[in-house]
Amino acid sequence: MNVQEVIRSVAAEHLKTDLPEIYVGDTVRVGVRIQEGGKERVQPFEGTVIAMRNGGINESITVRRIFQGVGVERVFLLHAPRVADIKIVRRGKARRAKLYYLRDRIGKATRLKQRFDRPI
Amino acid sequence: MGTVSVGILGTKLGMTQIFDEQGNSIPVTVIQAGPCVVTQVKTLQTDGYASVQLGYGEVAEKALTKPELGHLSKANATPLRHLKEYRTDEVGSFELGQVLTADRFEIGQIIDVSGTSIGKGFAGYQKRHNFHRGPMAHGSKNHRAPGSIGAGTTPGRVYPGKKMAGRLGGVKVTTRKLTVVRIDSDRNLLIVKGSVPGKSGTLLSITPTNRVGQA
Repeated sequence: MNVQEVIRSVAAEHLKTDLPEIYVGDTVRVGVRIQEGGKERVQPFEGTVIAMRNGGINESITVRRIFQGVGVERVFLLHAPRVADIKIVRRGKARRAKLYYLRDRIGKATRLKQRFDRPI
Repeated sequence: MGTVSVGILGTKLGMTQIFDEQGNSIPVTVIQAGPCVVTQVKTLQTDGYASVQLGYGEVAEKALTKPELGHLSKANATPLRHLKEYRTDEVGSFELGQVLTADRFEIGQIIDVSGTSIGKGFAGYQKRHNFHRGPMAHGSKNHRAPGSIGAGTTPGRVYPGKKMAGRLGGVKVTTRKLTVVRIDSDRNLLIVKGSVPGKSGTLLSITPTNRVGQA
């Protein structure tokens, strides 16, 4: 067993196996676990995936949405226990890996074309 | 002199992250800790001081000299690359040929890890001594220069120890008070919160933390 395999095996037990296949441009609903006064609840956050970062346990997505006229971006570590579930709402067509150009757009211009060749 | 507890030798394997019970991600370093063989036990009577010598790192027999192999054969040890002594008063609890593993540590224990830091080569003032730099614009030509390095005719020399540019890194560094997060006793892995000196593959010495001012 080489060194990289050892390190991967250490992180392996924290990896989730039930994650859906996410692509940049998709609209997703992420359930975030929130602790409030000893009680735990799941709060959804829905938006467009504008960036993904691979890297085993470090895998993350950046989800952007417009909330009350203000752009909000949240970065989720996909394998974190705080991320309760991820649901794909809509598959979007994107021609690049990072959709940072959406930050400069407002209103109708932020829409992405829907694509139907990938299953939800 | 306070007695440093007997530690263990190991290799830095690399870093990753895991999640704790609260769901926080914690950065961890994976260390191959041992197995170490006790290759010599020094006592006050025989050597004038008490210590335990540990050997670590399996190596081909041809890589060692005959004197080294002869020394190891006293402990019936396989050829080992690294030897290190730990000063301790409790030499009685160690015997020749005894094998020390990662099980010596427990989860939650606070440890010190020393090793050789990453060599940075010839480094300037900002990187090596955290000097401030000069303005980059407004006609300034003083960007990364040292500034004054001392007074004038009196003393007429630069004081020894003046911080200047030079070799950075590649020296022994101890990272103190790291927490053991997990132990894999099958593979002798110590999983420690935070970073440790050196690159992956660096030889490390892991000891229970040396708490200054406490017995």
